[in-house]
Amino acid sequence: MKSAVVVFPGINRERDMARALKLMSEREPAMVWHAETELPAGTDLVVIPGGFSYGDYLRCGAIAARAPIMDAVRAFAQKGGLVLAVCNGFQIVCEAGLLPGVLMRNAQLRFICRDVYLRVERSDTPFTRGYNAGQVVRVPVAHGEGNYIADGETIARLEGEGRVVFRYSSPDGIVDPNWNHNGAMNAIAGIVNERGNVLGMMPHPENHVEALMGCTDGRGLFAGLVDHFKLAA
Amino acid sequence: MKARVTVTLKSGILDPQGKAIEGALKSLGVRGVASVRQGKVFDLEIEGADRAGAEAALRNAAEKLLANTVIENYRIELTG
Repeated sequence: MKSAVVVFPGINRERDMARALKLMSEREPAMVWHAETELPAGTDLVVIPGGFSYGDYLRCGAIAARAPIMDAVRAFAQKGGLVLAVCNGFQIVCEAGLLPGVLMRNAQLRFICRDVYLRVERSDTPFTRGYNAGQVVRVPVAHGEGNYIADGETIARLEGEGRVVFRYSSPDGIVDPNWNHNGAMNAIAGIVNERGNVLGMMPHPENHVEALMGCTDGRGLFAGLVDHFKLAA
Repeated sequence: MKARVTVTLKSGILDPQGKAIEGALKSLGVRGVASVRQGKVFDLEIEGADRAGAEAALRNAAEKLLANTVIENYRIELTG
């Protein structure tokens, strides 16, 4: 799996992501600066990592979404290329129009940095094939604006088309307002686009991939992606 | 030419910051405020004196960057 991590000024999770990608795919990802206009030839997976691009000025992800590299990312996604967007990355791809909706200020107005539980809603996407549908994984979050909202029609479409792939839940997989730390509509933690090749998620699977991190529940996502490309090859 | 673009949340969009400010006003004893919605104001200086051109540029700026029209409305004013 040949991956490319897009680097914007102000992000801070690109090295965590690169480390996880290298660990799981045994291949060093390319780091692509935001001012570039092309992705490296033969890229299988583009990753938009987390952090605070442009200091979250204007709106989270708004300025990064208009960076030169994003035209190349858009073209890559239009051709069916896989895009994984985590945390600030999720905010960036929503602002860029690659995914619907917006990440608003957390309902409690606090920045939340801790582990949460996610229920994997489906296992038949390239991003979740390493998990079973209904499985609960523990993954950290670190965000102040992770409260997913969209208009009623969009939410109905996302749900109707099975495009919600991760939902905040209890450790037993029960979706309950008490376990929805940021107040996201329908406890949405991650969604895919219509074609299923762009995933945006607030939690950080790249931070739970090694025993030293205290949990390896994030490995399934990367292992699934690696498998996906092995089978395709 | 000076211009102002005001960006506000669409009605129906939950505004937790506005709600917190509303609560703070209540706890300060400020009476008569029924509700608060928070928004943003951008003051811009426009090159040249073409008003129609300026309005088009401001609309472009608002649509492309200043507002996220999924959740926000914007209003353009040329202030002289």
